[in-house]
Amino acid sequence: MISITTALTIATLLTLVGLVAACIRLILGPSRADRVVALDLITILLVAIAAQLSLRYEEAAYLDVGLAIALIGFLATVAFARYIENAPLPTAVSSSESTDLHHPDKPDDADSADARSTHGVSS
Amino acid sequence: MNELFIVVLLIAGGAFAAVAGIGLLRFPDVLMRMHASTKAGTLGVGLSVLSVALFYADDLVTTKVVLIVAFILLTAPVAAHLIGRAAYRTRTPLWEPTSVNDDSAASPAHDDRRYEA
Repeated sequence: MISITTALTIATLLTLVGLVAACIRLILGPSRADRVVALDLITILLVAIAAQLSLRYEEAAYLDVGLAIALIGFLATVAFARYIENAPLPTAVSSSESTDLHHPDKPDDADSADARSTHGVSS
Repeated sequence: MNELFIVVLLIAGGAFAAVAGIGLLRFPDVLMRMHASTKAGTLGVGLSVLSVALFYADDLVTTKVVLIVAFILLTAPVAAHLIGRAAYRTRTPLWEPTSVNDDSAASPAHDDRRYEA
């Protein structure tokens, strides 16, 4: 029967193994989707790290840290997923400016590939 | 008895977190890596946070723990779905034995729908 402190050390070391592996995938990742998946796992594992810190220092306020990390991490994952999909924002679809970019009135201004890339950045 | 539960939950949570990281590192495909990180990572965090609720045995702490677990259980599938859709639409190269069984992938209308959306 091992004590809680020993189990806490083992659990933190195992979680750090997962964090290091996720960081390696974040650096290596061939595609941008791989990096977003690694970032998602990093934010999820940081919640577990916050829970283990709450046990180690016997301070329940670390749970609030974990809750905040979970909230911000979800928003970051959604934002990065929409970014690599190059999708416009939901409010930008119904506006008249984005439809002008899709069907440019002046064909001598720029070619269509330029219009697509400008639309992706500006929206 | 309570201490035994805490120890078991802590070590199991850490083990699932390590398994999620190793799966993210070793699998050959975006979709497989997403499968490993989402499910094993969610379970590891849930077990770790549950051990905190058993350790304090307090109403406020238990409420926060239930809030964290419910939030992660609600948001992890949504995030995984968004990443998978982004990887599919940007034509991320997959592992060789992975097959995409989808009608819209072969039709030329799929490209137009992608750029017009």
